[in-house]
Amino acid sequence: MAKDILSNPVRLTALVDALGEALVGQGCETITHLGEVTLIVPSERLTDVAWILRDHPQLRFEQLIDLCGVDYAAYGKSEWTTEEASTTGFGRGVDRDQELAVDDPKRFAVVYHLLSLVHNRRVRLRVYAGSSQPMVDSIVPVWAAANWFEREAFDLFGILFRGHPDLRRILTDYGFVGYPFRKDFPLSGHVEMRYDPEQGRVIYEPVSIPPRVLVPRVIRSDSRYVQTGVSSESADA
Amino acid sequence: MPEIRNYTLNFGPQHPSAHGVLRLVLEMDGEVIERADPHIGLLHRATEKLAESKPFNQSIGYMDRLDYVSMMCNEHGYVRAIEKLLGVEAPERAQYIRTMFDEITRILNHLMWLAAHGLDIGAMTVFLYCFREREDLLDCYEAVSGARMHATYYRPGGVYRDLPDRMPQYSGSSKWHSAKTIAKRNGPRQGSLLDFIEDFADRFPGHVDEYETLLTDNRIWKQRTVGIGVVSPERALQLGFTGPMLRGSGVEWDLRKKQPYAAYDKMDFDIPVGVNGDCYDRYLVRMEEMRQSNRIIKQCVQWLRENPGPVAIEDHKVMPPSRADMKDDMEALIHHFKLFTEGYCPPPGEVYAAVEAPKGEFGCYIVSDGANKPYRLKVRAPGFPHLAALDEMSQGHMLADVVAIIGTLDVVFGEIDR
Repeated sequence: MAKDILSNPVRLTALVDALGEALVGQGCETITHLGEVTLIVPSERLTDVAWILRDHPQLRFEQLIDLCGVDYAAYGKSEWTTEEASTTGFGRGVDRDQELAVDDPKRFAVVYHLLSLVHNRRVRLRVYAGSSQPMVDSIVPVWAAANWFEREAFDLFGILFRGHPDLRRILTDYGFVGYPFRKDFPLSGHVEMRYDPEQGRVIYEPVSIPPRVLVPRVIRSDSRYVQTGVSSESADA
Repeated sequence: MPEIRNYTLNFGPQHPSAHGVLRLVLEMDGEVIERADPHIGLLHRATEKLAESKPFNQSIGYMDRLDYVSMMCNEHGYVRAIEKLLGVEAPERAQYIRTMFDEITRILNHLMWLAAHGLDIGAMTVFLYCFREREDLLDCYEAVSGARMHATYYRPGGVYRDLPDRMPQYSGSSKWHSAKTIAKRNGPRQGSLLDFIEDFADRFPGHVDEYETLLTDNRIWKQRTVGIGVVSPERALQLGFTGPMLRGSGVEWDLRKKQPYAAYDKMDFDIPVGVNGDCYDRYLVRMEEMRQSNRIIKQCVQWLRENPGPVAIEDHKVMPPSRADMKDDMEALIHHFKLFTEGYCPPPGEVYAAVEAPKGEFGCYIVSDGANKPYRLKVRAPGFPHLAALDEMSQGHMLADVVAIIGTLDVVFGEIDR
């Protein structure tokens, strides 16, 4: 069927070469995996790299397709503890008090997906933003589309964007507390709301739903993938 | 003369032309918009967070509910990302079925857009016409998946089942419709699903002519759309526009041509582009896209008639074994149990896969750490950057033009709020 032209090895090599040439001295690391090129950019270099990627004649990434935050605090951790599994209760055997890597300097990352219409190429950038006060430079001056995407990453992950013109919450409710897509934010949230007939208004209360896991998160190494992927993958984590 | 000052107007979230739950805070100078601030998130369901708590396959149904007027295209984006991660490829027949249903979905979406856009700026009849044709296409959805809208039909490694040999028919008696009407409606439904789709594809260009008769040269329609919401090609790229919004501004870019997937490289079709980048050009682009989708559907129907074959891969780690096999094969039963309780564990890595959804580029970015659930799923919804540009597009226009601009953006809040 239709061959994915983006993962054509010749085209990928050309892209990696062009990136290496244009970004010499910027301290970027390039990973090629599953037919996609990921560029890990040091956070202090982000704006410079973004301008080069947009305007360099060999690159010309005119479009910012996507921008999102990622929280790596639970990366590679499975919650299926069969050894100490009890025999009762719903979701037994699930370890719900996981140790999260909350202080890892590589906890938060911002991931950018760029598209070049001239050269018909895509590239992914990843910038690590730190852990306690995650912050990266805003790229709104380079790509105007970043405005709402950065607001979304701020809203959901609490990542700050230095120099953003209007960094307000966007998706969550007015007056929402917390950053819901962080791995230490429970799926059921912290508060629930209901109409209180005595007070005659909507009130917030702590959630009453007990947390439960329908399918535990389990990591199995599938022998079929040993030869294809894992070798070049260690740098990806 | 009283002194006229700027004032702030709240628009929505419960407003018929807000296309769902859009709240706009408009700063106005008289009737002229100075600044439009969309407040979104009223339909935020945290689909991406929910997907992190479920095995990969269980989130396919959520994709239908993102952009709930182009269901199968969303599934296609998600399923393609998983397939890329797993390194599997659907059989050829499944690719053609996906291509055909992607185009059926495109027509469904554009009909919904045309109906709502027309209604917003004063053309009632076209709404009724569009829904008449949508009904037939939703019947195709129902015949193939059992659901009229939220199909969950595409699966990693193929599609859920092959096309049915028999099209469901209306029952013989009804107190609302005469026997003659029912017989007329059942006319195209005598054969298989492919017969029904072919019959639809034969008459659909005539229906598009009907819509165009009502609108394309209509004086009121042109007064409401020509020169409204003009976006230059440079700005369209800056603002992250994709799909008909980008092509309306004259940029020739379509993933079906430039980065073909499924069976699009074997299809013969054209990409319409606009000239002026206004609401009218985007209208013309979408109308022509419906005709081109119809061409693709016809080619797919012909190929699918001639080439029977499997519609899913045989790898039971990813696709469930058949019900019959499970009755007497222990291994098939174990595979079924493992697949539906735990799912499959793709290798660690990250992928981004995009499809040309009716509204633009719909992409899924999946980070996997080797678990049976996605570590992070990010859905790139085409409507999100489009709505972000509303402020820029509506500045200097009148209040009534904001409605026309919201219509031309083709926003659906299921995907914008996610």
